[in-house]
Amino acid sequence: MEWHRRNVLGLSDFHPEEMEFVIDTARSMEEVLTRDIKKVPALRGKTVVNLFFEASTRTRTSFEIAGKRLSADVVNFSSGTSSVTKGETLLDTARNIEAMKPNILVVRHSASGAALFLSRHVSCSIINAGDGANEHPTQGLLDLYTILKVKGKIAGLKIAIVGDILHSRVVRSDLHSLGRMGAKLWLCGPAPLVPREMERTGAVVTSDIREAVRGADVIIMLRIQLERQKTAYFPSLREYSRRFGLNRDVFSLAKDDAVIMHPGPINRGVELSDELADCEHSLVLRQVESGVAVRMALLYLLAGGSHVAH
Amino acid sequence: MLLIKGGRVIDPASGRDEIGHLVLEDGKVREFLTGEAPARFQGKVISAVGKWVVPGLIDMHVHLRDPGYEWKEDISTGTRAAAAGGFTSVACMANTNPVNDSPEVTRHIIEKAHREGYANVFPVAAVTRGLEGKEMADFSELADAGAVAFSDDGKPVENSLLLRRAMEYVRPFGYLILSHAEDSVLAGGGAAHEGWTARKLGIPGIPSVAEEVAIARDILIARQVGGKLHIQHISTRMGVDLLRMARRAGLDVTGETAPQYFTLTDAALEGYDTNAKMNPPLRGEEDRMAILEGIQDGTIDAIACDHAPHEAYVKKCEFAAAANGIIGLQTSLPLSLSLLAGGKVAPARLVELLSAGPARILCLRGKGTLAAGADADVTVIDPEVEWEFGPSDVLSKSMNSPFLGWKMRGRAAATICGGRIRHVTIAGVTADA
Repeated sequence: MEWHRRNVLGLSDFHPEEMEFVIDTARSMEEVLTRDIKKVPALRGKTVVNLFFEASTRTRTSFEIAGKRLSADVVNFSSGTSSVTKGETLLDTARNIEAMKPNILVVRHSASGAALFLSRHVSCSIINAGDGANEHPTQGLLDLYTILKVKGKIAGLKIAIVGDILHSRVVRSDLHSLGRMGAKLWLCGPAPLVPREMERTGAVVTSDIREAVRGADVIIMLRIQLERQKTAYFPSLREYSRRFGLNRDVFSLAKDDAVIMHPGPINRGVELSDELADCEHSLVLRQVESGVAVRMALLYLLAGGSHVAH
Repeated sequence: MLLIKGGRVIDPASGRDEIGHLVLEDGKVREFLTGEAPARFQGKVISAVGKWVVPGLIDMHVHLRDPGYEWKEDISTGTRAAAAGGFTSVACMANTNPVNDSPEVTRHIIEKAHREGYANVFPVAAVTRGLEGKEMADFSELADAGAVAFSDDGKPVENSLLLRRAMEYVRPFGYLILSHAEDSVLAGGGAAHEGWTARKLGIPGIPSVAEEVAIARDILIARQVGGKLHIQHISTRMGVDLLRMARRAGLDVTGETAPQYFTLTDAALEGYDTNAKMNPPLRGEEDRMAILEGIQDGTIDAIACDHAPHEAYVKKCEFAAAANGIIGLQTSLPLSLSLLAGGKVAPARLVELLSAGPARILCLRGKGTLAAGADADVTVIDPEVEWEFGPSDVLSKSMNSPFLGWKMRGRAAATICGGRIRHVTIAGVTADA
């Protein structure tokens, strides 16, 4: 298929074939990662700016490595070291960076819609690396890719996502990627963090983790983000862990070959028990691997590539 | 002297709806005539054939941003937009800088409006000093300076006891408190109506209950102290229901809504359109329908647009950071005229909502009617003309409207304030200087 996108802002308008195309490209990229010299010249002379207005280590590092493996010049800009703290508007910051002629901006921002907003006002390509509680499209794609690797298909799988659904951009992207490929999604968490309106997506909404996990093929545990909460949505981490934590007992309700995923970073002993985090069912590190490949694929496609140089 | 001839004169306050001629003299309505128009008339003549002649429209909820935020709007540009939109009077909220909590600010507004305004300006002063919700403002001094009502609009009076005391204190003097009904704890830093759209877009929600709880509280306080109360910008189904209930219980409670709440829903936020961001937020379809019902059955007393001008850059940013509010003075009338379609709202009812109602709520003597002796504030409406609201039409200093580019039907053909023509689009007639 032909790739026509200038930006990757979210998965809400991605067709299944388009996602498959990205995954196919990611597979080729992953092959590069198995070589002795893990670098191809595909993006030589191109500049990628990681424009991060919100703290992130792993996503930024993943994009940085992805860009470098493709020989792009990668520059990191994070709000801690920028003029944002001096009261510059998001648009002014982005335009200043744009004036330095990057090819691709990788943007993370705490406000939903921030990447879409910038895409309307700058001419270089934009990849959304997470905007508020809206979308995290590369996570949605890497989750899709990781599950495909292990399960070989998505259609018909029961996938439970457990945690803070309300504030999760991962969920909103997974709903598009996994949902559109035919998974049966269950969303589970404390009621104030699992809005009833989410049923409109076709997902099942519940506050009973046992019901969500029973017979599941995939369980995605979300980080419970205490730092996002100005007021409590549930009584305590202790209570949270008791009701919504994944442990051996609950996990035994899932299919025998069920897998556990987590976008990281994990709060061990809170949403995921220590032993499960490291067990053979855990795909956490494979998600990280897939992440680099998917991000390489998107950088490559946005920079105008159509096939991988061997 | 001014003769407005041949129009359909709609004046619900005096029960009139008939074709005739209106004579204005010395800033007052002199008389209404039927039959042949006076052949020889010493003065200007406006032909209103095919048009409506109604008491000057009154918007009881605008932000003129003057003093303090004159780059957003000032009294001159704000009232010019008002006149172009058919409004002869506006009531402006107190969230200026300095806040209108002192007679100096009240007088500044009145005097500047007198000098530079295109419409009558009635200042609404603060309920609490500095809008801080801590101490009552000096109501009597402010009223004597010309404040027509009191409101902390922009934020609620959170302290229930303070609101109770204020309502109780002003009751013997007949002053009115206008309530921005919002429980800001429940609203919890939200930026859009808590519904499917906000969930999908990942925008923190403002639940309907944040408005409903506050309206219920305010009504119950009014009941407790036997006071009167006006609820501003009602946006929710239950908000309308509560007002209806209060009225049935015989309480002296009135309420307004804004054209955006019966025209748009939160679906307008798609694509994170910051021009659809306001507080209260655009609600769901069932809320919109309930507002329409409240307008039809008489529960809602006034349409007021909550004109809230903002410079471009505070809207040209990520949604969460964008300022709340939209301009509305030039779109309020045409959007309200759209209520006539389907026949559920009669023209006379519309005039009540846009003129007689607010005049009655704010006790504006001589306003809201065309009876002989009333102020010569008249709006001539062309209910049929089709036009598009484009950027070049905007007379406000700010452009923050979700209605730019909309096809409209109906608008003010002439706006006459105190006998002076302040806006006119009728061929052969010129505005007064």
